[in-house]
Amino acid sequence: MCGAIKGGPSLDGVDVANEAVIQGIVTRDGQPVGNAYVRLLDRTGEFTAEVPTSATGQFRFFAGPGEWTLRTLAPKSISVDNAVTAAKGVVAEVAVAV
Amino acid sequence: MSRESALVTADWVEEHLNDSSIVLVEVDEDAEAYDKGHIPGAVKLDWKKDLQDGVRHDFVTKEKLEALLSAKGIGNDDTVVFYGGNNNWFAAYAYWYLKYYGHDNLRLLDGGRKKWELDSRELTTEVVERPATTYVAKDADESIRAFRDEVIGAIGTKNFIDVRSPDEYAGRLLAPAHLPQEQAQIGGHIPTAGNVPWSKAANDDGTFRSDEELKALYAEAGLDDAKDTIAYCRIGERSSHTWFVLKEILGHENVKNYDGSWTEYGALRAVPVALGDEPGVA
Repeated sequence: MCGAIKGGPSLDGVDVANEAVIQGIVTRDGQPVGNAYVRLLDRTGEFTAEVPTSATGQFRFFAGPGEWTLRTLAPKSISVDNAVTAAKGVVAEVAVAV
Repeated sequence: MSRESALVTADWVEEHLNDSSIVLVEVDEDAEAYDKGHIPGAVKLDWKKDLQDGVRHDFVTKEKLEALLSAKGIGNDDTVVFYGGNNNWFAAYAYWYLKYYGHDNLRLLDGGRKKWELDSRELTTEVVERPATTYVAKDADESIRAFRDEVIGAIGTKNFIDVRSPDEYAGRLLAPAHLPQEQAQIGGHIPTAGNVPWSKAANDDGTFRSDEELKALYAEAGLDDAKDTIAYCRIGERSSHTWFVLKEILGHENVKNYDGSWTEYGALRAVPVALGDEPGVA
């Protein structure tokens, strides 16, 4: 696999105007990590959802407007937290390095 | 039931990979996960195609289950070990479903697919063929499944555990946040239900918390041991995870999974609904 592509998965077919999308890519040393798990924690730190990354290291959530935390687990890494703000009609892109 | 009789560890599974009386079964929400790599020897059950009726809004009948398990090479005497993605949600659902039809030897792999992957254990794409069996299912065990009329009648008398995320419970979201928001007609929860998100019963790596932690969790949520309990979520898979904790790990007697869950309840006319972060009153 060559170097990481930028940003989350394609938004073709997604009703962006009516969703608060959080998406992005997980990399290690600039290379995409295809076997990571990204979980979405709400403003109180409670689990809301979790997705495995795609082969190209990408992930996506349909959240609600507000403050969220992404917690990423990957083999042979400690978990990494990234804060993110979501808003309806906006695609919040997050680059996660593990 | 107890932790020892219901759960197996990843190490145990690795030690029993060549035991033909133990059948590993992967069940995922993402049906392609298995095809990208699975535990050696594991067969696949597709949560939607294999386990849902497809016409009636229900899971497959006893007869269809018998045909399915026979074709997959699963016998009545085999020990079935389920595992899967989403922290074992769908694996727990399949466990509950086979329990409903009376399979005796069932286990869940603690931590499921995630723990296996995070440990960098072996996955293979090798196709698994097991010789066909003649599986005979038992009559449905209605003591572990709740239907809507019982649910409505139990408000104010039985424990309800809503295992969805706090935002779904309160009515701020209608579905888990990795799915487009859709399904139920309205948001909210069944009045009197306590909110104990399924995830509080699991560690970050997907394994279940200790018995002591689990007991404290439900005691803190006000679960009355003297009452029967009904667990629900959106479509009945996350609540299978909590049903598994209460019934199979902690050994509570009367615990039902309401698999109609919020997609059904949130579409019913003229039933009580509570909004916001508090349980509400009967």
